[in-house]
Amino acid sequence: MELSTIHGLRDLLANREISAEELTNQALEKIEKIDDKIKAFVTVTKDEAIQVAREIDQKRRKGESLGPLSGIPMALKDNMCTEGIKTTCSSKILYNFIPPYSAKVYEKLLGAGSILLGKTNMDEFAMGSSTENSGFFPTRNPWDLNCVPGGSSGGSAAAVASGEAVFALGSDTGGSIRQPASFCGVVGLKPTYGAVSRYGLIAYASSLDQIGPFTRDVTDCALVMNAIAGHDSFDSTSAAVDYPDYTSFLSNDIKGMRIGIPQEYFGEGIEPEVEAKIREAINKLEELGAVVEECSLPHTQYALPAYYIIAPAECSSNLARYDGVRYGLRAEDADDIISMFSRTRNQGFGIEVKRRIMLGTYALSSGYYDAYYLKALKVRNLVKQDFDLAFEKFDCLLTPTAPSVAFEFGSKADTLAMYKQDVCTIPINLAGIPALSLPYGLVNNKPVGLQLVGKAFGEGTLLRVAYTLEQNSEQTRLEPSLEGVK
Amino acid sequence: MKISIKDVEYVALLSRLELTDEEKVEQLRELNKILDSMEVLNKVDTSGVEPLAHVLPIHNVLREDELRATLPKEKVLQNAPEEDEGMFKVPKIV
Repeated sequence: MELSTIHGLRDLLANREISAEELTNQALEKIEKIDDKIKAFVTVTKDEAIQVAREIDQKRRKGESLGPLSGIPMALKDNMCTEGIKTTCSSKILYNFIPPYSAKVYEKLLGAGSILLGKTNMDEFAMGSSTENSGFFPTRNPWDLNCVPGGSSGGSAAAVASGEAVFALGSDTGGSIRQPASFCGVVGLKPTYGAVSRYGLIAYASSLDQIGPFTRDVTDCALVMNAIAGHDSFDSTSAAVDYPDYTSFLSNDIKGMRIGIPQEYFGEGIEPEVEAKIREAINKLEELGAVVEECSLPHTQYALPAYYIIAPAECSSNLARYDGVRYGLRAEDADDIISMFSRTRNQGFGIEVKRRIMLGTYALSSGYYDAYYLKALKVRNLVKQDFDLAFEKFDCLLTPTAPSVAFEFGSKADTLAMYKQDVCTIPINLAGIPALSLPYGLVNNKPVGLQLVGKAFGEGTLLRVAYTLEQNSEQTRLEPSLEGVK
Repeated sequence: MKISIKDVEYVALLSRLELTDEEKVEQLRELNKILDSMEVLNKVDTSGVEPLAHVLPIHNVLREDELRATLPKEKVLQNAPEEDEGMFKVPKIV
């Protein structure tokens, strides 16, 4: 299967130039051929995929009505529950977990006719920025096998970039969709907090987690959003608002659009070659009629430390459920309940997960709550107020997605160096607003991503700007040669 | 140094993590490094700022108290490391 899009394949399927079964087999063959090098998948659901594809083909033959993604093969990050299909969060503690129910997004994608190829690798419990923290194996970047794909949704990003899946879903707590999208040269969207149901998403930090798509272009991003966005009574943090047809924003026109460039996202800490690419994109947008102006989000530098209090605090609570009682790993040699809990958890969790549980437990513990957790929540408010103020003046903001292009395995072994990978993406999660990463050119033959940031439920503006840039610049359409995996 | 090895042991106990001695030393080093990096937050004037736990303006989402379908018992128990007569079995508690 050559790199192709949902909208391209949809027409081929509708015209019966290819069947869903053929397309699914092509995708499965590609996975079989290259995934021993890429390692994007934790589980491949071959038999189930072919079965579903046949059902769709049969429906099409009978002339039955078909969903908008019918016959399109896709992948899900392995933290989204799939009934009857192993869901591990890339953690040893869930190595054998078979969910008794499905995540809402999976139900919605199945309802739209999409075909699940498998579950993708990730940093354990979505904690990390390189997929090196997977409890099973690291995923490699299709652009350069010596480099990481980013994380935590590295498997989903690599699967889409390498053409194993047409699209994939990831989750983004501090940048886990956008940074890997940037590293792998695909489009990644973190929707507004509450816009996509998290029912059946294994929680990391509940006030920040959001599910969103990885796609090969902006049109596909809108198509997947049409399928997954919407209110869900099974998720009490789901927003009951009117959801638009996201494809209605795909117009090649940004004349008069006001785009802010927050100065805090440039300069120190950002690789100069990456910044140069982003400046090229800014010039292009001006050329296309946008009104571009520098602006300031003065609390930006405090977002990262606030995040590393809030997210671990929430994770220490969310991950308390892994105790070896109801599912997953249980340590065998314990003779009382407390040592069974403590041994199970120490054997099942990786080092980074334990670190964040400890950090969060400390920040919430008696005597430190006000100094750390409460302080961080106040800083979070200031970060959000910065954005509120900026959006009084601008329709959207533009920044780099990540401070660098994909880095080599092991090169960010220092904990704080790895945390800084998310310096451009974390503030957006704290504010709960949407942001889209769009590929923009290469540095050392590795993709650069630019980040468009919008106001709450302003995904449409991001899609419009990204679509316009995509229609007018070759640099947004990147395809890895896949040398070394063929 | 913000925390000592005793703090690490206490937090590990609260976290229900039976760390090895080497792990305790590593956690101590890394947690202190991370906590030091958070010092910068003390520079921010947050007087009069409300804590923001949640960005959506929704509170207390309730539904009618009506019966809904629940998972059948065998599905609930299908992942249990150990079960007995329709219950999760655990080591002795008291």
